[in-house]
Amino acid sequence: MAGPKYPGFDTLALHAGQSPDAATGSRAVPIYQTAAYVFRDTEHAASLFNMERAGHVYSRISNPTVAVLEERVAALEGGVGAVATASGQAALHLAIATLMDAGSHIVASTALYGGSHNLLAYTLKRFGIETTFVSPRDPENFRRALRGNTRLLFGETLGNPGLDVLDIPAVAAIAHEARLPLLVDSTFTTPYLMQPFALGADLLYHSATKFLGGHGVAIAGVLVDAGRFDWEASGKFATLTAPYRGFHDMDFEEESGTRAFLLRARREGLRDFGACMAPMTAFQILQGIETLHLRMPRHVESTRKIVAFIEKHPAVEKVVYPELPSHPDYELCRQLLPKGAGAVFSFEIKGGRASGKTFIEALRVFSHLANVGDAKSLVIHPATTTHYRMSDADLERAGITAGTVRLSIGLEDPQDLIADLERALKAAVK
Amino acid sequence: MNFKVAGKPVFVYTAARALDPGKPALVFVHGAGLDHSVFGLQSRYFGYHGWNVLALDLPGHGRSEGPPIPSIEGMADWVREVLEHVKIRKPGVIGHSMGSLVALEYAARHAAERIALIGTAYPMPVSEAFLEAARKNQHAAFDMETIWGHAPQVPLGGNPNPGMWMYGDTLARLRRLAPGVLYNDLKACNDYSGGFESAAKLQCPALFILGRRDVMTPPKASRGLSQALKNSEIVTLESSGHSLMAEAPDATLDALIEFFPRRADL
Repeated sequence: MAGPKYPGFDTLALHAGQSPDAATGSRAVPIYQTAAYVFRDTEHAASLFNMERAGHVYSRISNPTVAVLEERVAALEGGVGAVATASGQAALHLAIATLMDAGSHIVASTALYGGSHNLLAYTLKRFGIETTFVSPRDPENFRRALRGNTRLLFGETLGNPGLDVLDIPAVAAIAHEARLPLLVDSTFTTPYLMQPFALGADLLYHSATKFLGGHGVAIAGVLVDAGRFDWEASGKFATLTAPYRGFHDMDFEEESGTRAFLLRARREGLRDFGACMAPMTAFQILQGIETLHLRMPRHVESTRKIVAFIEKHPAVEKVVYPELPSHPDYELCRQLLPKGAGAVFSFEIKGGRASGKTFIEALRVFSHLANVGDAKSLVIHPATTTHYRMSDADLERAGITAGTVRLSIGLEDPQDLIADLERALKAAVK
Repeated sequence: MNFKVAGKPVFVYTAARALDPGKPALVFVHGAGLDHSVFGLQSRYFGYHGWNVLALDLPGHGRSEGPPIPSIEGMADWVREVLEHVKIRKPGVIGHSMGSLVALEYAARHAAERIALIGTAYPMPVSEAFLEAARKNQHAAFDMETIWGHAPQVPLGGNPNPGMWMYGDTLARLRRLAPGVLYNDLKACNDYSGGFESAAKLQCPALFILGRRDVMTPPKASRGLSQALKNSEIVTLESSGHSLMAEAPDATLDALIEFFPRRADL
C-alpha cells in the first residue's frame, strides 16, 4: 500500500500558509496593514496575552500576512515554524539573543558575510558574547574551538564570498556531540538548492532580501527552527528551560517542547528587541517565493554559462565557484548541492585593485551595488565595500584579495551578460 | 512538575502553578506518539481559570521515562497512580485520540467528574500498513500519522497559531520518540476492546469533540460509543481534522469551557 504523500515543493511555494481569505475570498495573500487587533471582550484579551488562545495582539509580535510568510518558509524548509524579522541580520541577532546570555561563546566559520562577522567579532563582544572564528574547510576546527561556555556553532551554507561549502553533516555531528545546536545562514542556497535541516542543522535563517524575494525591493529576514534540538536534554540553555520572570515564569521548553525556541524568540525577542517584519514586506517576499522554484534553476543555469566564459578569459586570474574542480569544496558541493551551487561567485581579475575598479565601471548591464540574489545581475568589489571593515588578515582568512570581484547572476539573457562582462574585461586590461 | 511513580521519572505540566487542594482538577491525556504540549493553549487556559491542570506525559513520551505502557487499560491505571501520588480524586479527564480511550477507561475503572473525548473513535482500528511501518520504526509511520492526523487542507492552509507549520511540528515530536513507542501506542489503540463495556459502566457526562474532516477518526466512527453512553453530547468542528487542539484551538477550548463548569458551579 502506497503511503500518503506530502505536497511538492512547488505547490508549497505557492500555497503553504494561506487559505483563501475567509472574510473576502481573496486568493492573493491580503496585506493586513494594521498595528493592532480588536479584542472580542476583556476575557478574550486576557487569554491572548496569556497564550491561552491563538491569534494576534499587536503586529510587532505577529501579523496575519507575516504569519503566512513564516509558515510558508517553515514548510519549504521542513521546520516546525519560523519568525520573520526586519532583516537577515535581525534574524541572526534574534537567534543568538534567544539562546544565550553574556558570558557565552560562539564558534563561527571565518567565511561569513561582512555584517555577520562584524556583529560577532565586535558588537556582540561589547555585550559579553565572544566568538572564535575557524576555517570551515576542516570541520574539526569547530571541535577544537569549543569551550565550556560555547552555546552555538554557526556558518553559511555557502560562505561569503569564497563560496566555501559548509560540511553541515560533519559540523552538525560535532555540535550534537557537544550538546549544542548548529545554526546556518541559508541565504545563498535557499530551500530550493539545499535543505539544511535534512543534513543535520538545527536552526537556519535567510536574508529574505536576496533570492527568496528575488526582486530587491524589500529588506527582510526569516529565522526557522527544525524543532529537533532537545534543549532540556542539553542542559545548556537556561533561556529555554528555566522559568522566565519576563513571561509569567514560563519555562518555554516545558510549555511547548518542539516550539520552545520560536516561542521565546517571538515572545521575548520580537516583543523586547522589536525587529519585526512589516506586513507589506511579507507580501513582497511572498510574491518572490511563489516563483522560487522557477527562478533558481535559471539562476544556476545562467551562472554556469557565465562561469564557463569567465574561466577561460585571459584577463582573469582565477574563478571561485564550487562547481569547478579547482574549488577546494568541489566534491562536497557535488554531494550537498546536487541542484547547483547557486548564482553568486567571485573571480580575481589580473591587475589587482585598479583593474577591478575599471572593470566595474565599464559594466552596463550589471549593477554595482551591495546586494546579491536579485533578478537583476549585480557586481561588487568586496575589499572596498561589504568587507571593508575587516583587517587584511581577516580578509585573507575569508579568501578575499584586492582583486576579488563578486558577481550575482540574475535572470537576464545570459548572452547579454556575457557580452557585458567581455566588454568590461577588455577595458580592464587595456 | 517532576516526580517518580513506581521508581520512574514522570512529568506533568501544571501551567507552572502549584496544585491547590481547594480547586477541581482537569487531567489531559495525549494521543499516540505525542506529549502534553499538544494541549498547550487549552491546558494553560484552565490552569489560569480556577483549575488544577495536569497535562501528562505518558511513560516513554515527552519528559516521562519509558518504557511505554502496552495497553489502554494499563495507561488508565498508570494515570490513577499518578493522581494518587498528587492526591487528586475524581478529576475531569480530557483525552485526545489514544488519550480519549484512556480517559474512557479511566472513568470506568476509577472515577471521573466528566470526560471529554477529542478526536475519538471506538473501536480504533489502525491499518496494517501503518502498524507495520511503526513496528519497523520506518519514517513512513511518522508520515502517515502526520498526514492523516490533519485535515486535508492543512498543508495548504493557514495555521491558527501564527508562524507555525503543523506538519513540521508533528514530525518533530515523532522524531524525538524512542524506537518502538509509536508502534506501542498504535497497537494499544488497535487492540483495545473494552470500550462498550466501559461505556456501560459510566455515570458521568461525556463530551465528544470531533473534526468533520478527520480522516483518522471520522465522526461516524464514534457514533456507537456515543450511543452506548448514558449522558453524552457531541460538538463537531466543521473545518478540523484529527489534530483539533492545533487546527481549531479556540473552538476546541470553547467546547471544553462550555462542558467543564467553572469552579463555583461544581
